[in-house]
Amino acid sequence: MAKKFDAAQWQTIRKILRYMKPYRHFLLLSIVLAAVSVAATLYLPLLIGNAVDCAVGKGRVDFAGLFAVLGRMAAVILVTALAQWLMNVCNNKLTYQIVRDIRNEAFRKIEILPLKYIDGHPHGEIVSRVIADADQFADGLLMGFTQLFTGVITILGTIGFMLSVNAGITLVVLVVTPVSLFVASFIAKKTFRMFKAQSETRGEQTGLVDEMIGSQKVVQAFGYGKEALERFDEINGRLQKCSLQAIFFSSITNPATRFVNSLVYTGVGIFGALAAINGRLSVGQLTSFLSYANQYTKPFNEISGVVTELQNAIACAGRVLELIEEKPQVPDRADAICLSDIKGRVELKNVSFSYQPMQRLIEGLNLSVQPGQRVAIVGPTGCGKTTLINLLMRFYDVTGGAICVENTDIRELTRHSLRAGFGMVLQETWLRAGTIRDNIAVGKPEASREEIEEAARACHAHSFIMRLPQGYDTVIGEDGGGLSQGQKQLLCITRVMLCRPPMLILDEATSSIDTRTELKIQNAFARLMEGRTSFIVAHRLSTIRSADVILVMRDGRIVEQGNHETLLAKDGFYAKLYNSQW
Amino acid sequence: MRKLLYYLKGYERETVLAPLFKMLEALFELFVPLVMAAVIDRGIAGQDRPYIVRMCLLLVVLGVIGLVCSITAQYFAAKAATGFSTRLRHALFAHIQGLSYTELDQMGTSTLITRMTSDINQVQSGVNLVLRLFLRSPFIVFGAMIMAFTVDVRAALVFVVAIPLLSLVVFGIMLFTMPLYKRVQGALDRVLGLTRENLTGVRVIRAFNKEQEEWESYREKNEALTGLQKFVGGISGLMNPLTYVIVNVSIIALLYAGALRVDSGALTQGQVVALVNYMSQILVELVKLANLIITVTKAIACGNRVESVLEQKNSMSTGRKAAADKSGAPEEGCVVFDRVGLTYAGAGSASLTGISFSAKKGETVGIIGGTGSGKTSLVNLIPRFYDVTEGAVYVNGKDVREQEPERLRSGIGIVPQKAELFAGTIADNLRWGKRDAADSELWEALELSQAREFVEKKPEGLASVVAQGGKNLSGGQRQRLTIARALVRKPSILILDDSASALDFATDAALRRALGGMEDRPTTFIVSQRTSSIRHADRILVLEDGRMAGLGTHQELLESCPVYQEIYYSQFEKKAAPSGAAEGRR
Repeated sequence: MAKKFDAAQWQTIRKILRYMKPYRHFLLLSIVLAAVSVAATLYLPLLIGNAVDCAVGKGRVDFAGLFAVLGRMAAVILVTALAQWLMNVCNNKLTYQIVRDIRNEAFRKIEILPLKYIDGHPHGEIVSRVIADADQFADGLLMGFTQLFTGVITILGTIGFMLSVNAGITLVVLVVTPVSLFVASFIAKKTFRMFKAQSETRGEQTGLVDEMIGSQKVVQAFGYGKEALERFDEINGRLQKCSLQAIFFSSITNPATRFVNSLVYTGVGIFGALAAINGRLSVGQLTSFLSYANQYTKPFNEISGVVTELQNAIACAGRVLELIEEKPQVPDRADAICLSDIKGRVELKNVSFSYQPMQRLIEGLNLSVQPGQRVAIVGPTGCGKTTLINLLMRFYDVTGGAICVENTDIRELTRHSLRAGFGMVLQETWLRAGTIRDNIAVGKPEASREEIEEAARACHAHSFIMRLPQGYDTVIGEDGGGLSQGQKQLLCITRVMLCRPPMLILDEATSSIDTRTELKIQNAFARLMEGRTSFIVAHRLSTIRSADVILVMRDGRIVEQGNHETLLAKDGFYAKLYNSQW
Repeated sequence: MRKLLYYLKGYERETVLAPLFKMLEALFELFVPLVMAAVIDRGIAGQDRPYIVRMCLLLVVLGVIGLVCSITAQYFAAKAATGFSTRLRHALFAHIQGLSYTELDQMGTSTLITRMTSDINQVQSGVNLVLRLFLRSPFIVFGAMIMAFTVDVRAALVFVVAIPLLSLVVFGIMLFTMPLYKRVQGALDRVLGLTRENLTGVRVIRAFNKEQEEWESYREKNEALTGLQKFVGGISGLMNPLTYVIVNVSIIALLYAGALRVDSGALTQGQVVALVNYMSQILVELVKLANLIITVTKAIACGNRVESVLEQKNSMSTGRKAAADKSGAPEEGCVVFDRVGLTYAGAGSASLTGISFSAKKGETVGIIGGTGSGKTSLVNLIPRFYDVTEGAVYVNGKDVREQEPERLRSGIGIVPQKAELFAGTIADNLRWGKRDAADSELWEALELSQAREFVEKKPEGLASVVAQGGKNLSGGQRQRLTIARALVRKPSILILDDSASALDFATDAALRRALGGMEDRPTTFIVSQRTSSIRHADRILVLEDGRMAGLGTHQELLESCPVYQEIYYSQFEKKAAPSGAAEGRR
């Protein structure tokens, strides 16, 4: 079976073994218990045979012998059951704890992954690695432990037991069984192509369903339903054909191996019975043999199933491990400074940055911001205004030059102290399942009730919070479900207000908010900015005009820099933007 | 689930034959222990070699018949199951095409996709398995018992005790663990939720330095999950040892009872062996049955979900029998709203109230207002994506409810807020607007939508491949293509639902100019958040909280409508403002 795994899979297996290390005692125990339970299971048919031999015919029953055998059977049954149960418990523990460890590590990695990775991968995909893949891995591992292991021992044990009874008949079994294996693998090979065809067609169909149902409203708006159904039916017809083939041919495996099995059984029957006539075998021994012949081929079938399952499990483990092994963000330097007294002086020295090496975005950007100054970032939609936020918060590292806060390169600071210095309100509000109070106190869990309410008042959030059913203790759903966009935004502002950080990063975008709330948010922003160094992704003229510095961005690049008057005088892109409204 | 069985229609023969053949196979399997008993009692005891050979040949024959029956059964089962799922998929897909927006909103498209794909697959394997095993397993269990009775009534009494006991253990454990598995699922969902939260909120979490707390709360939830998993696993792990004990203790009892009967001469040695074999057969089948029931339970749950979609009726009565839809009607392209109100199904309050206005052919109507003010709801009423709950909407002089939706919509070009494109070429996508459009018509539409330039720049031009969802195009390109798609059909009514949000001001302005310059101009509705996009409209409708806050031209509204003033000045500040005032989402 070994050849069924390739090098990469072996590597994954080695890594999984590392995760098993802390539980090696359980693993050992599980192996011992499996051996015990299999041995006992195999011993039982022998005892049944002995018991049968005790009752030969009318008046020829050896009751004393029978009771002795039955007593031994009872003991063996108990031992088997106990060993089986304990083995299950061990395997459960082993599997679920390993998966727990892997999940823990995956999550821990998420917390320190560079944002580049998180931004660059669909969240659903990362989640499915941590959840679904880990789950499938657990299932496969559990099955692997319980079946692969006992299967192998059963095969070996059966051969041993049979040899101990009669070598000749054992030979018959050994000769015929490979036929069963051959049949199974032959069918598996044949059906592999069919299953592939099936999964490809299924994939094609899922793709179409994804599109047509996912954009069902557009489909209906353009009356495309009929065409969609036609295309769907065409694939559906093909799917029916290849599904039928795949399902049918693969389901031949069982009857076919069962048939080979019955051949083995018959073979044992003939040779055993003939040997019994010659007195070389007792009827009881024949019975034992028959039941061995029955259970001998079963593990073969199981093992081939387990191998597929294990391959799948290893593939899943590989995906989780890939995440775990992803390169984390550059860790804080050992001698990183913990900046505590931030006034709000920020300097960008010859900063260059790009998301992809080929696509240069920011080059040679110089900017000096004094404490309390306002920097407005303007530009058309999608011009990459968030890039600057990413750099200031050190979500991404600059590729050239340096950003300094209080004259210290931010790469020499601990991330925590840098980020504690900034208050951030993004356009995409993010709230979590929990109470309003918890959401506000995210940055300052020890904040008192008064502090929280004061912050909320300052941000015009208090009154709407009080109107909620349980006030500050109202539980909101994931992503603030139940609140309006504007209310969410106000909460996010309050959250920052509570922390009173010396520097701010704000995104003014309020496109999805009604005018009244917008006014409130504007006021809240104004309160927040008082005396603080602020970087604002600006949309409002008042903000822009009152800014000390305006950075004009276009296609991800900073194209102009200056204040309102100088930029207008320059008659460049800013002026064009400004005038295009008329 | 029961109603789904209708889709087995056309496969009745297979549905009946599959389990029958399976039972036939089981029947032959039940004879095997008897044959073996005969081998022992007559062959061995009577030293009759030819008899032994004959009996073993009989075993081979039984095996061959069993194989043939079983393969036949598998074929019928596979055929019925795949045929069933194919028909079900078709029915479901067709059904979804016929649902109205109201139902699509209620169920959500992602749910529908799961129903279409993984749920139906589960149902298919459930049907397949049921056809194959549902009769076979109980048949063997009870068959083995009956056969045991034919061998010896007294000894067979052991079966009468053992089978209920076994069933009790197997089904008892299943019933006990099933709700527990639901709790495991709940714990898993919590772990999943936290993981997702940490990805979507990664910036906020890091900005507030919450990594450590998050990690601790995750570990806690993960630990709870692991604990539950181990608990449930421990209980279901009892199944195998317990059944093993019951079956084998029964075998002890059989051997003892058998020995007594042998001693009195009522039973032979071979018959005792046969009884033991029957008991073993039962164990094997019961385990299969338990697995089957788990699969079937899952399949039924999936089936019920599919069924609930199929039962979802279209809430729109298709045109009051589409009252003889002769639309050579008065003033093609005119739209009238008459005291329209709209309350979405399941919503507490109205989304639109008392909307009355009219648009003449060729006019441009701007619709402005804050989020949630009902702009999109309003334009969605024109192609009758939703039915009004008050008043009426007239298009081409006729209540939209009296028109065939497809016919009505074919005259309307819609550019939805979200620019959705489909896998295929650019031309394929544009022809959604008009199936038989010539290339020249496509170019014409591209020209109008300001997309000609970038399509021309592509080496393949119209034949350029569009990835699913248009992912290989920029937001602005996608949006311009969706506008072109709507224009290809030369609609008499054009609806732009905040369609310029991904366009920069210059392109937006060029687009509006191009539309204005069209000969045979469609009646155009422009929904926007920016006053600059709609200020030149013939009429501007100002919405606030689903009510009309103003109706008139830019100048009129600027003088008389406070809400409009507020919006306008927030963007223009009494003169001048650069940058996307109505910044779209990133």
